[in-house]
Amino acid sequence: MYGPLTSKPGTSKNNKTGSWRIATRPKYLQKNCIGCKMCLLVCPEGCISGNEKNTFICDYSYCKGCGICAMICPKKDIVMVKEESTEKDK
Amino acid sequence: MSNHFLSPGHTACAGCGQSLAARLVIDASGPNTIVVNNTGCLEVFSTKYPETAWEVPWIHSLFENAAAVASGVESALRYLGKKDGINVIAQGGDGSTADIGLQALSGMLERGHDILYVCYDNEAYMNTGVQRSGLTPFNTNTSTSPVTNSSSGNIRPKKPMPEIANAHGIAYVATASAGFAQDIQRKVKKAMSIKGPKYMQIHVPCPLGWRYGPELTFEVAKLAVDTGLYPLIEYENGKLTGVRQIQPKPVEEYLKAQGRFKHLLNNPEEIKKIQAIADANIEKYNLRVVKPEGN
Repeated sequence: MYGPLTSKPGTSKNNKTGSWRIATRPKYLQKNCIGCKMCLLVCPEGCISGNEKNTFICDYSYCKGCGICAMICPKKDIVMVKEESTEKDK
Repeated sequence: MSNHFLSPGHTACAGCGQSLAARLVIDASGPNTIVVNNTGCLEVFSTKYPETAWEVPWIHSLFENAAAVASGVESALRYLGKKDGINVIAQGGDGSTADIGLQALSGMLERGHDILYVCYDNEAYMNTGVQRSGLTPFNTNTSTSPVTNSSSGNIRPKKPMPEIANAHGIAYVATASAGFAQDIQRKVKKAMSIKGPKYMQIHVPCPLGWRYGPELTFEVAKLAVDTGLYPLIEYENGKLTGVRQIQPKPVEEYLKAQGRFKHLLNNPEEIKKIQAIADANIEKYNLRVVKPEGN
């Protein structure tokens, strides 16, 4: 094929990178959150959403489980939990 | 999910500092942006054909010529009378900026195009397997500057790219770090308010190439700044107008966090040389927080 190759914007969302998580996933406790939005700013995936305090949550279909959000949270309101405990921790 | 102009689902490693910084840059620049990308990690992980993570117009041509292609984009917009309100960003990694694409970048800066060039500095060619680049710091263990009995890694110091860009007499040069997220966005917004060529260099930790746990990206980036090894500075019209002042920490704290400097930990002589680089930075840019004597 010759000529420029183009793609539709944002189509990488088809790519569910959540399956990359191997050991742990972040759990958003939503208890002591002060709404500083640092987790939202630093997520390399950009898969965290939320506006007010205690509303932040990440999209597990994209989260790769790097754990930066849990490290940065000033209130320790995000903890990394084992990947097996999927259903009850969700 | 919040609206980002770099969508999730890209294939960067977990904890990638570059994807974090790239998203902050494009979010700060806004939807009216055209991005031109050099070859590198960022290009590869964000555009896995037929998918793309970008929500803004984005083009990749060759390894070295993002600055040249962006010059063409900017000139075309100017010719059509559409330049007002449209930002043009050229971006690449440290290899494509400081080594392979330096001539294209220099030409762009010299011709005075209204473009922001962003260099994501992860201090080696991470995409192809951690080979040393011009921006790899002194004594780093990489695959082409390995540690042997007679060598403790990269023998050359880091190329002073901000000073090289500044020597072109451009309006705005800044360094930033993935460890200071709001600072990146402030600098991008400031750069976009200035006409003419701008150069920005962002320190982006790479968990794979620097060999540390992915959750430490933010901490490692912060330590580089806090030890004085990566000074955050701003040049406006050739004058140093902004520095982030620090209370310098010993460089060991930064070095021991990373596998690429592991060989130095039992080698106080070599650590002294790296401390000297940090001290020279602190002296040169006057980074030390001014405090009363005795503290």
